[in-house]
Parts: sequence; C-alpha cells; structure tokens
Amino acid sequence: MVERLRKKDEGAFATLVERHHMPMVRLALTFVASRSVAEEVVQDTWLGVIGGIDQFEERSSLQTWIYRILVNRARKTGVRERRTVAVDDITEADRFSPDGSWSRPPREWTDDVVDRLFATAVAKRLRTAIDELPPTQCQVVTLRDVERLSAREVCEILGISEANQRVLLHRGRSQLRRTIEFEIEGG
Amino acid sequence: MRILNRDLVCRQAVALVTDYLDDVLPRRQRRRFEAHLRNCPNCSRYLEQIRLTIDTVGHVEPDELDPEIKDDLIDLYRRFHED
Repeated sequence: MVERLRKKDEGAFATLVERHHMPMVRLALTFVASRSVAEEVVQDTWLGVIGGIDQFEERSSLQTWIYRILVNRARKTGVRERRTVAVDDITEADRFSPDGSWSRPPREWTDDVVDRLFATAVAKRLRTAIDELPPTQCQVVTLRDVERLSAREVCEILGISEANQRVLLHRGRSQLRRTIEFEIEGG
Repeated sequence: MRILNRDLVCRQAVALVTDYLDDVLPRRQRRRFEAHLRNCPNCSRYLEQIRLTIDTVGHVEPDELDPEIKDDLIDLYRRFHED
C-alpha cells in the first residue's frame, strides 16, 4: 500500500479513504468542538498524508502514522468544549460494600439477552454511549475495541503511557458494560 | 496496581480485569486473580460480561462514507499531484 501511494496510485488512495475517513472523523470529534471542524481536520490530515508519504519511514503501521498526523492536527486546532458526563473514578464503586465484596453483583446475562446484544437497538444505544464517554476514554475505547488496534499502537497514536491507556480503557469498558446492563435489565 | 494482602477482595479483582485481559499482570498477581475467580461466581460473571461488552463494541457498524466526500478527496489528490 505504501509503495502504491508513493507511485501516486489513485486507487490506493481511494481504498485508504474508504477504510479510514469515517473513523478519523469520529476520532477528530473527540478533540474538536464541531462536526465541521472535525471534517476540516481530517481533510487537512489527508493533505498531510498525500504530501508526506515520501517521508513516512515505516517505523509504525501506515494507519498509526496517519492517525498520529490526525491527532497532532486536531490537538493544534483546539480543545473542544463539549460537556461530558462525570464518571466515578473507582469502577463500579457503588456496587461494593465497605469490605470490598459485591453488594450488588452483576446479574446473569442469559443466552436470550446475549442474542439481543447484537440487535440494532442495543448497538445504537452503545454507539451513543461510546460518544458520551469522556473524550480520552472515548479515544482509547474507539481505537482499541472498535478499530481493534493494539495497546502499543494506541499509545503511539495518542502519545500516552501504557498504564494511562489501560486506566482509560478500563473506565470506558466498565461504563459500557453498565450501559448494556441498563439496556437489557431496563435499569 | 500493587495489592499487598494475600487474597483479593472483589473490588480489587474487578480493578484488575483490564490488566488481566491485556495480559500485563505480574505472574503472582495473575495467579491471585485467577484463584479469586475460581471461588467467585460474581467476579467470573463480571469478567465474562466485560468480554461480551468488548465483543459487542467491536461489532458496532462503521459509519457510511458519503460518496461525494470521497470524490472530493480524490479530486484533492489529483490536484495535489498536478501542481
């Protein structure tokens, strides 16, 4: 793919756009205030990719390189001011008794329930829940669990430590588990 | 996360789930975690539900790319190489 891009292969660029454009817009949205600014940042990133492909040293994957350009540009563009829902620092803090055992343990998800997880309604709710996570959690969950990148790649893209990455992932995932729980148990 | 006492309580076990799934727990910690799971159906269930959550999140449908946006970007690509 990198070779084809260097040879100015338009088809290779089109494939790249198809694969990454929309996920990049989503990622950009976690940094900037509006959809239109996010779209601009992504377009600007594509220009950086087209113009910079000869300088790409292939020390990371092409996707990681592109996403890093995106994150750098998005950060320069400005911090978003979207309000986010506060999340407890200790995961599931309200579910334990003072001695550290479960006071409200998770209830079993029956096969029936598990089948419903993949139904449209739950998927839609989950999409919204991912977007509503605090931005840094949203970034890590999206890159790790939606795009299925490795911890190392995610750290490289976001410029964060592995430990920090795991804390954010942990909080994000537990919040999403609760979303599903709420959805299937009706609160 | 350093946990000094021998047996984990549920709250501590739950805090280790992501490290466990990423396989970054030190060996002793991992053994303690697994020992706790063997005796704790609640925490086992929790871990299972986190796995299901990850699986479900991984199946979220990607957004559809507007063909017009794609065409605009390809135009941009052509213009760049014409200059």
